[in-house]
Amino acid sequence: MKKHVLSLLVENNSGVLSRIAGLFSRRCFNIDSLTVGTTEDEALSRMTIVVTGDEQTLEQIKKQLNKLVEVIKVVELEPIESISRELVFIKVKADNATRSNVIEISNIFRANIVDVAKESLILELTGDGVKIEAFMELMEPYGVLEFIRSGATGLQRGSVVLKEK
Amino acid sequence: MKASDAIVKCLEMEGTDVIFGYPGAAVIDIYESLQVSPIKHVLVRNEQSVVHYASGYARETGKVGVCIVTSGPGATNTITGIATAYMDSIPVVVITGQVNTNLIGTDAFQEADMKGATQPFTKHNYLVQDATQLPKILKEAFFIANTGRKGPVLVDIPKDMQEQKIAFDYKDKVDIIGYKPTVKGHAGQIKRAIQRIKAAKRPVIYAGGGILSSGAKEGILIFAEKTGIPVINSLMGVGGFPQDHPLYAGIVGSHGYAYSNEIIGKTDLLITIGARMSNRSTTGFYKLNPEIEFIHVDIDPAEIGKNRGYTLPIVGDAKVVLRSLIEKAEQMDFTAWIDEIQELKDHHAPASQESAPNGYIHPVDIIRYLSDNTEEDACLVADVGQNQIWSALNYQLRKDRKFLTSGGLGTMAYSLPAAIGVKIANPDRQVICVIGDGGIQMCIGELAVAREQNAGVKIILLNNGKLGLVREMQQDIFGKGHTAAIDLNYQVQFPKIAEAYSMNGFEVSSFDEFQKVLDQVLKNDEPCLIQCNIHPDTRTLP
Repeated sequence: MKKHVLSLLVENNSGVLSRIAGLFSRRCFNIDSLTVGTTEDEALSRMTIVVTGDEQTLEQIKKQLNKLVEVIKVVELEPIESISRELVFIKVKADNATRSNVIEISNIFRANIVDVAKESLILELTGDGVKIEAFMELMEPYGVLEFIRSGATGLQRGSVVLKEK
Repeated sequence: MKASDAIVKCLEMEGTDVIFGYPGAAVIDIYESLQVSPIKHVLVRNEQSVVHYASGYARETGKVGVCIVTSGPGATNTITGIATAYMDSIPVVVITGQVNTNLIGTDAFQEADMKGATQPFTKHNYLVQDATQLPKILKEAFFIANTGRKGPVLVDIPKDMQEQKIAFDYKDKVDIIGYKPTVKGHAGQIKRAIQRIKAAKRPVIYAGGGILSSGAKEGILIFAEKTGIPVINSLMGVGGFPQDHPLYAGIVGSHGYAYSNEIIGKTDLLITIGARMSNRSTTGFYKLNPEIEFIHVDIDPAEIGKNRGYTLPIVGDAKVVLRSLIEKAEQMDFTAWIDEIQELKDHHAPASQESAPNGYIHPVDIIRYLSDNTEEDACLVADVGQNQIWSALNYQLRKDRKFLTSGGLGTMAYSLPAAIGVKIANPDRQVICVIGDGGIQMCIGELAVAREQNAGVKIILLNNGKLGLVREMQQDIFGKGHTAAIDLNYQVQFPKIAEAYSMNGFEVSSFDEFQKVLDQVLKNDEPCLIQCNIHPDTRTLP
């Protein structure tokens, strides 16, 4: 079973998100992550949905999404022909003894320090899933207090755009 | 214009002449506006039936069936009907009242989130939040319901939206950027389909409800005759092909004909048109050779490949695709295959009917007698359960006859309101409702509507004091003698109930009696109920 990243152009109406999420749940397709935001046209939103499944499941997901009246376009983002990123905030223990080590690793990963306290730091990192996993692993020994990941968001490379039908 | 007047005006402009409904506080403005409209309103007795009425009306007229109910319980009661129409792809617009917009989300009196509740089983739904959008929304609702793969659309209208003043602007055309159904089949795929037909030795057309909903009855007959390919129906497709035709090859499925399921196992080219390969219909398909050519024609791309792989998909409307296929088709010679099918038919010919014990009638005798004695354009509406299977397998669909049932959701209490809906839509058609004693008790109040509307539906009540199909399943799975919770022990005097609703009620316990009563009631166009006593052990499967 493979991870697939879907990019959707949808109408920006109330209830669209629940209609799409509902479609996944009633057909027992699991959403790994979902991000959504408006586009350059305020009447439209763009969603990035990461799902895990075989080819047949993926085909059904795409066809069922296309059936929804408010869904304008669905494309699968192929890893080579697209870019996708996640955002993560990590609150990690950092006192006088460990703070410089944490900052050093953060610099290597180009993570931003967005909050400093006596006993902790909050780090902000953007990247693909593998980079984020690697960073988390290195932070683990210092004591990760909590973290939040945004889910992937992505675009096709080059001048290709997800246009209205 | 007051928005409620605009709603009614939109319905008139869509050609709606009958609305089925049940009023309440949240739709009181719409009902006020209906007073001055030529649209006829039929007051149903329970909102669960309201969508079934509209479904019967839609299946008879080809138009969108319309129903109106109030908010909260009125709206939630329609849910079974909506899900039924969704599974059977029937075009219906359901208008529900909603509490005032400032109360939405406060758990107000008679508030229910209908948009959320019906999302999984409506083709689309709306919650009106801007009264000026009402004409546009209603136009879209009708368009979505009756194009592409047809289905129910719900429009939830808060009371304060009905009260506002709006400018009435009803557009002729609809343009929804995310909704452009593919109607015409791909020319290259049509060409390839014809090549596959030419190469086939034992082709079969498997035709579903899409034939009826797209109006492709004539098209499939021409195509079958031109190519000489036999036609098998799904339950929803029954009536889409004349059953007295030499190319008719029966009904498949768990309760279809054994010979039809055998034919499926022998075919080398399956042409599925307007059938969604449902799990219940395709139980006999396990015999299907995985190497066969499989052409699947469907207006809904999501149905293609959903339950079974295909070798040639064609997305498009059955009627339009058949027209293209007919243009390119040539006369073929499948005589050897037709002969083989005939042999299978003869081999599986139904054994002579076992006689019912004294004091009872065999249901197969009843349906066959109906088949021989009702008009050539009669409509038989079967409920769900044993009565449905006996009806589907024994009522011959020829000429302009129709067969309606709830095939997808399998909703008991569908047949009586749907049959009345058909009769109201077309008073000239002879309408027979076949129902069990379980089903009728779920919608018995609708007898009042039949009487009130003078809808001359002939109700054939197969009364066995049991939930018969559940009993068969229990015995087949858990062993003979095992039954649980299927006895309708309190024997109801249904003819007396019919009389209480001022219609003629009869009780018959022998085939002779049944024949006499039926002959008598078919002479007039009055609604009536015939309680036919069936032995409780009578089975659908041998």
